[in-house]
Amino acid sequence: MKQIINIAAKEFKDYFISPIAYIVISIFLVVTGWFFFSTFFLFDTADMRNFFSMLPIIFSFVIPAVTMRLFSEEMNIGSYEILLTMPVSFTDIAVGKFLAATLFSACMLFPTLSYPIFISFIGEVDPGPVIGGYIGSILLSGAFCAVGIFASSLTRNQIVAFIIGAAICFTLTILDQLLFFVPSYITDIMAFLGADAHFQSIAKGIIDSRDILYFLSVIFIGLFGTYIVMQERN
Amino acid sequence: MIEVKNLTKYYNNFCAVDGINLEIKKGEILGLLGPNGAGKTTTLRMLTGFFKPTAGDIMVKGISILDNTLEVKELMGYLPESAPLYHNMLVYDYLCYVAKIRNIKGDKIDSRLKELSELCGLSNIMHQSINELSKGLKQRVGLAHAMMNDPEILILDEPTSGLDPNQIAEIREIIKRIGKEKTIIFSTHILSEAEATCDRIVIINKGKIVADDSTQKLKNRAASGSTINLSLYDVNGSDALQILKSVAPDIEVSKKESSEKGLISFEIQSSTSKDLRKDIYLKIKETDWVIAELKQESQTLESIFHELTKGN
Repeated sequence: MKQIINIAAKEFKDYFISPIAYIVISIFLVVTGWFFFSTFFLFDTADMRNFFSMLPIIFSFVIPAVTMRLFSEEMNIGSYEILLTMPVSFTDIAVGKFLAATLFSACMLFPTLSYPIFISFIGEVDPGPVIGGYIGSILLSGAFCAVGIFASSLTRNQIVAFIIGAAICFTLTILDQLLFFVPSYITDIMAFLGADAHFQSIAKGIIDSRDILYFLSVIFIGLFGTYIVMQERN
Repeated sequence: MIEVKNLTKYYNNFCAVDGINLEIKKGEILGLLGPNGAGKTTTLRMLTGFFKPTAGDIMVKGISILDNTLEVKELMGYLPESAPLYHNMLVYDYLCYVAKIRNIKGDKIDSRLKELSELCGLSNIMHQSINELSKGLKQRVGLAHAMMNDPEILILDEPTSGLDPNQIAEIREIIKRIGKEKTIIFSTHILSEAEATCDRIVIINKGKIVADDSTQKLKNRAASGSTINLSLYDVNGSDALQILKSVAPDIEVSKKESSEKGLISFEIQSSTSKDLRKDIYLKIKETDWVIAELKQESQTLESIFHELTKGN
């Protein structure tokens, strides 16, 4: 447990040493801010539904950019060897890096808390969907971080890691809009596998254990995949 | 201290390490020699638990590295080849991070870092970013990293490669100093270095151990044969060859082309350790030849190394 915290703290600090953190956060805020407020006044409702509805798509590109360096860079410069010869287990490494990335995503979301505050000046904001939306966002970013870390563990090239991560996250996001193309007997399974529906249901303010379980499963599968890749490499 | 049993590693179909057996005693400085691609780094990586062996086992103080990798890692300090450190961190931050991972108590970290910075000469660069450091300085930071928790076993992979002669001397000095109490295994392909620092030398070639002996014994073994270089003026080559052959029964004489005009060189190889220079001189004295050079070359570790790793 101590080792997980040590690794997470180091990785988290690392984000802010390099300019990556600031660039990613700025891009994220500009993109979400612009998409959200460019249509906000057309709907004439004081809620954040629009913001949360596009979050999965934006996350599926931003989060892999956050996680792409976590393993690829280490393998590329060779510090992976140093990391693995210190007394830390594979689990410590995978979970530590995952926590750092998720915490960083939370930092990225933090400035957007100003949106509901501003909106509350204009009209009555229903707190349920906003709180649910943020809980859902954290879960969603956790799931995508786990996927991104898995992608990063596969290759020493950060660009490849980003593309693999973004492809998986994007597929998970749009999966429930592809139901039209698949045979009817697997539509139910496909619908359950899609991340968007689970996220939107939490973002409505309904916190259902099935949705939470879904995100926790994705996190577990992503980290377990990372664990297996590390073991194979060894 | 360390027992290596039938250690084997395959990369797909390529056999990098082929059934190595080794026993390393406490307090030994062991030099692992071998040509490039002989399996030195692979062996060291398996010793540190970075690679899993395809077959065989490593026992460190009776603990198997396969079953208890973490426990063994706590006993070891490792400096990989060319010290691949996190390049965006400050030296101080990096060493603090290592100290925390190595379970050094919070209040002891600073005093430990001070000791290490004195030992490895880091005091001036503590607040520099690692990517600004020269290779030698990086190597020293790597050494400090490896010695962080005062490990009983230190494994160094080519600790002096790419350094200038002064830095090499410094690193060697450090190795010798800490080697008084610790078990050190290091790989190198600089023979004089192994000769100067190691108690014991293991030479591997194509994944197999071809020599394993104390440095002194290996040197003695090397000294058992000798080569004499002889250059003569104004002689008839084939006559001289005959006469020289009659000096001693078990020698081989060969004529070599010489670059200087009128000069003929011979190489006289003897398999015994007897000094033949006197006999040769007396023989030549009977003739009217003029000696330009008469020099005995004792075989060095280098020749042993060449012989053992031939065909590579």
